[in-house]
Amino acid sequence: MYEIRIHSRGGQGGVTAAKLLALAAFRDGKYATACPFYGAERRGAPVVSFVRIDDQPIKIYSQIHEPDLVIVLDASIMDVVDVLQGLKDGGTVLLNSAHPIAGCNGICRHVDLTGIALAQNLVVAGSPILNTPVLGALAKMGIVTLPSAEQAIREMFADERNVKAAEAAYEELKV
Amino acid sequence: MLTIATGNKAVAAAVKAVKPGVIAAYPITPQTEIVEQIADYVTEGDLASRYIPVESEHSAMAACIGASAGGVRTFTATSSHGLLYMHEMVHWAAGARLPIVMANVNRALGPGWNTWAEHTDAFSQRDTGWLQVFVGTVQEAYDATLMAFKIAENERVLLPVMVNLDGFALSHIMQSLETVEIGDFLPPYRLPHAIDTENPCVYGPMTGPADYFRFRWDIERSMRDARGVIADVEREFAERFGRSNGPTEDYRCEDADVVVVAMGTLGKEAEVAVDRLRGEGVKAGSMRLRWFRPFPDLDLAGREVVVIDRDYSFGFGGVVAHSIRSKTGIEPYSVIAGLGGQEVTYDDIADFVRNRHPGEETWFGVSDHV
Repeated sequence: MYEIRIHSRGGQGGVTAAKLLALAAFRDGKYATACPFYGAERRGAPVVSFVRIDDQPIKIYSQIHEPDLVIVLDASIMDVVDVLQGLKDGGTVLLNSAHPIAGCNGICRHVDLTGIALAQNLVVAGSPILNTPVLGALAKMGIVTLPSAEQAIREMFADERNVKAAEAAYEELKV
Repeated sequence: MLTIATGNKAVAAAVKAVKPGVIAAYPITPQTEIVEQIADYVTEGDLASRYIPVESEHSAMAACIGASAGGVRTFTATSSHGLLYMHEMVHWAAGARLPIVMANVNRALGPGWNTWAEHTDAFSQRDTGWLQVFVGTVQEAYDATLMAFKIAENERVLLPVMVNLDGFALSHIMQSLETVEIGDFLPPYRLPHAIDTENPCVYGPMTGPADYFRFRWDIERSMRDARGVIADVEREFAERFGRSNGPTEDYRCEDADVVVVAMGTLGKEAEVAVDRLRGEGVKAGSMRLRWFRPFPDLDLAGREVVVIDRDYSFGFGGVVAHSIRSKTGIEPYSVIAGLGGQEVTYDDIADFVRNRHPGEETWFGVSDHV
């Protein structure tokens, strides 16, 4: 089983990112669950979502305490949340950042999802859309296939710029 | 069709397939997604139901009672405080023998204000005469909602059915879901005592002790018959759609020395704990209690039992633990866990089994054996 924890702020689309990722994995023929942790948080507060992907039906409903992959959609969260908590040995961190983050060597990958979203003018209520481009980055990392990522995006969003943003993230992420 | 959906969306999809004549509902977290989705179906023309957006849950159930008595298939959904607000009408629906189906997304009761999973809301309606089923997966939420109408409307039952799913843990998780073409699985709704203007009758008049007592016995007789009806409907569902669930879901119980009894999502997570324990040489099994009313006969003879209650009856104990004790004569190890959405993992459940003290009660993470 591959377990993913997504850190974001309320309103940034972390919950939708989890749903898109589960849908893409499902389109790959895997079993997947997406379970956002709903707290009392409001727009702007740190939130977490969880995705599990497996070849077997998944019976676990509790939170992910030892993720294989941590996704950070807003790097400023790292000042207030220990995003590496419980990360498995050999686990990976994917950061939304134009630059590598100091102190996160080896296990960290980074891609400028915000820049990609702005380049496509993917902005809702003043916030760049991060949850569709991140799917492209995850496809590059081999978590899901790119065709399934694009299919998942098209199933949930009519605006083709979301697919373009995912493709841009796929191109930009260095693996 | 195979897709991926939340528990709430699965319930809404089942309701769309059933096509109730009237849906009356009031939104409440974490159930809101169900009635929002159904309202969308109606607005978009995908579901030709009359949708009544009422001003309270009491009115939601009252509207369902009126419509159902008028000979129309009805559905509503609620949660927690909403369920308690309709309590008077919940009793009435059963007493009037109306096969209403309601989804209840299990949520704790305030104060403190809490929107996460707990079963106390449903158990507070335990003695109303409603059938109650607790589901453990998104697929089951869909299947149980379809079957609930068929069970409720059976003339040997004619009692309302409450389909319970854990707040957030199941209502908001995305899992795979296979929807079906229900065809003639559900026959046209027919209520033998439906209001008929050509044949006027009195409904709900003053009833003396002798007749009232007989009416109560008739409810219990139907509850007893419901066990067989549930089995028949499950069998037909399996023949048509290839899936079924029993009154309990038993996992690796055949040769088990110790069995975990739990409900809802904790009952599914317990299966993972059982696999871990088996790996350590502990002969563990899991029995997920699905039907709570009517309460099934359980085969637990000769086993140690660990009961997880996501509920509590203050001044007495866990409701499920008490039920197991009175039904089987077994003194279980009673674990109170998960109240108000408390995090309980499969590792925790395995620990309950490893550290069990039969006959004692513990509040997970709060108090030792008492």
